Amino acid sequence: MPERRTVSRRQFLKLSALAAGAAALGRGALARLGQTVGATAAQIGAFLPAFRADAQTLGRLIGQDGRELQPVPPSPRSAPQRRKWVMVIDLARCDGCGKCTEACTAMHMVPFGQEWIKVYRMKDNAAAGAYWFPRPCMQCDNPPCVAVCPVDATFKREDGIVLIDQDRCIGCRYCMAACPYSARSFNWAEPPHTAAELARSYSMELNIPHRKGVVEKCVFCPGLLREGQLPACAAGCPMGAIYVGDELEDTVTNSWGETARFSELVHLGGGYRYLEELGTEPRVYYLPHRDHQYPMPETAGQIGQQRG
Amino acid sequence: METPSRFQPQERTLLRSLLHSGLPFYLWVAGLGGLFLWGIRAYTVQLQEGLAATGMRDYVSWGLYITNFVFFIGISHVGALMSAILRISGAAWRRPVTRMAEAITFSSLFFGALMPIVDLGRPDRILHLLFFPRIQSPIVWDFVCIFTYLIGSTIFLYLPMIPDLALLRDERSQVRGWRHKLYSILALGWRGTPDQRGSLERAMSLMAVLIIPIAVSVHTVVSWIFGMTLRPGWNSTIFGPYFVMGALVSGAASVVVAMAAFRRFYHLEEYITLKHFRNMALLVLALDLIYIYFNIAEYLTVGYKMEEAERGLLYTLVGGEYALAFWLVQIGGLLLPALLFILPEVGAVERIRRVPLLRPRPLAAAASISLAAMVLLVTQGPTQTGVDFGSLGSSVSWAVALLLALLVISTLPALRAHRILAYVLGAGLIVIQAWLKRYLIIVPTLLNPYLPIQDPRIEWTTYIPTWVEWSITLGAMAGFALLYTLFSKLFPIVSIWETREEEPVPAIAHQARQREVEA
Repeated sequence: MPERRTVSRRQFLKLSALAAGAAALGRGALARLGQTVGATAAQIGAFLPAFRADAQTLGRLIGQDGRELQPVPPSPRSAPQRRKWVMVIDLARCDGCGKCTEACTAMHMVPFGQEWIKVYRMKDNAAAGAYWFPRPCMQCDNPPCVAVCPVDATFKREDGIVLIDQDRCIGCRYCMAACPYSARSFNWAEPPHTAAELARSYSMELNIPHRKGVVEKCVFCPGLLREGQLPACAAGCPMGAIYVGDELEDTVTNSWGETARFSELVHLGGGYRYLEELGTEPRVYYLPHRDHQYPMPETAGQIGQQRG
Repeated sequence: METPSRFQPQERTLLRSLLHSGLPFYLWVAGLGGLFLWGIRAYTVQLQEGLAATGMRDYVSWGLYITNFVFFIGISHVGALMSAILRISGAAWRRPVTRMAEAITFSSLFFGALMPIVDLGRPDRILHLLFFPRIQSPIVWDFVCIFTYLIGSTIFLYLPMIPDLALLRDERSQVRGWRHKLYSILALGWRGTPDQRGSLERAMSLMAVLIIPIAVSVHTVVSWIFGMTLRPGWNSTIFGPYFVMGALVSGAASVVVAMAAFRRFYHLEEYITLKHFRNMALLVLALDLIYIYFNIAEYLTVGYKMEEAERGLLYTLVGGEYALAFWLVQIGGLLLPALLFILPEVGAVERIRRVPLLRPRPLAAAASISLAAMVLLVTQGPTQTGVDFGSLGSSVSWAVALLLALLVISTLPALRAHRILAYVLGAGLIVIQAWLKRYLIIVPTLLNPYLPIQDPRIEWTTYIPTWVEWSITLGAMAGFALLYTLFSKLFPIVSIWETREEEPVPAIAHQARQREVEA
């Protein structure tokens, strides 16, 4: 091979391709920068030197002119609020009316037959009395469903809520097999749609519009919580049996407007979590059905006596 | 260059089975192809209607497809057992049946891997497994292990085939046209030189060692799909070895069935003799006994303690809705095959012929009349529902069991005369058991969740597979048999050169290594 040929044809072709690629990329990036900056280009100069931070602005980005910079719109996957949502269900107050299920179904346009919060008729042993047992998604802190999902479709947020991305879900139903609380439903066929439902743009915080071949469940109504409102089931409960609140704030509220210290309510009320022994660390607490004043179910299911 | 045939008489029989097919073969292939196409037709219905076309619902969210998946993956284990374990342990008798086993592995893995895809609610998103895999999920472990095993076992099927392909390539008088081209390409220029032999032996030894942990990992992670959940019935520490043993016994049994089929239809009586059946039967028997042990370990430890959540499932299995299937598996699919392998060997069974009551014909007549009478009695009587051991304790079921036992005993002298029939019967029962057993591990467990099933939709509270599921299941089984049959028509189903081999294999590898040292 002659020595003077410092650039072979192969190398030349490679270099040309690289150069062309870089040029194309550069043009694209410049154009995008222009779009982003746009009308605010003049203000950028004032912003650029530094950001200001002090005790009052912890966790926020403040420009030099004192205005808060808007961060990227939060993805439903990451909950920006420093919250830990928690639910307390007072079984002594539950009369099994099913209004929570109705409110939830209306709010989330739940397909016919699914119950995201389901009221069970329970009985712990032959001697004990029967009672009603509303079961939402337990939003476990050690969620078996999230552990087994092969594609990261179901995930745990920092605010404690377990959500499902129906754009990601492949419909393997492993999460349903893994959930000890039977809290998950699957759309076996194309769910019946309403015009109102289809008009919404898809949100994994609502699971709307519903889709065929994916898993759904109770989502704790993150949109309502963000606006300082109770989830649909808690708001719809006429007995004030469902308290929802922030564990970090240590307050929970029910539909009667009663606000309680979460720690006191659970500590003094003998609060327990269902199937605690499984180690799933649910975020839903139950207060036992002691001294209940409402009619209790006549027939009830018990573990070991299935399909009651 | 035309060379005279280098094939011995028994190898010519094998060659004839490869190159010439009769009408029965075409009918068999057409039948399997038809069933396979019917399965595809059923799948198109499922694609249109969604999984609503199946009998699965929210409680029983896995059904026939996952049963088939575990069954096929289980059968596939035999390749590693026969080729790797028996190769390493130097069992020379394995040679004529090794390739049959490896081809079963290939065909069943292929259809096993398809089954979870058929089961997906959104098969269009299957690539999400590649784009967004979570390594924490046992399904991803499965994906990785099964894919690795598929590639590994394909290599392992191919490597020992190279010298045979060269033999066929050089057989110009009979192998012509596309076949010659195919064999030429696949033989990779094999001439049988000492260097080539050394390389092949090294590659095969390496694969034999590699494939064992891969195979064990495959069925372990399949079992962990269940074992990693908190469900009563699946939440068990022994699921890994339990499933691996179940896989090995079903795979070895399927080889016995395949041996009998090839021996009969490809006239391989000279290759596959009673000796091979006996050794395989011993292997299946040993695996069967270990599997029985695992079953006892699994159910007795649960049944002894009667933990509340496990109790409901156990009742459903031993005395409830699934009792018939459960005892069919335990008695008919595990115990009876063991007896079919052992009892014909006992010389005393000849004396059964002398007992008038146990002569097959009168006994069969008496038994069928009494069985019919009992069935009539049972169906006329009040039907029992719910959970109890009533059906176990009833005198009717004991009488049925006694009659069936007598029937089996009466056939023993005949089975002693036809050992291969006894082995194939036993192996066939084990293969059926393997499928049913997986169904029993999946469906009754899903019907016994922690929270009671309280649903007004009665059809949601049970599981009855639909025609779509049965068609796809049948189509997959037919597809498996079709792939296996076509393989046996394209490649010699018995390893010619390994059967020829007089010397034990390691000696050749040793010589090759010696040469390396000298060079």
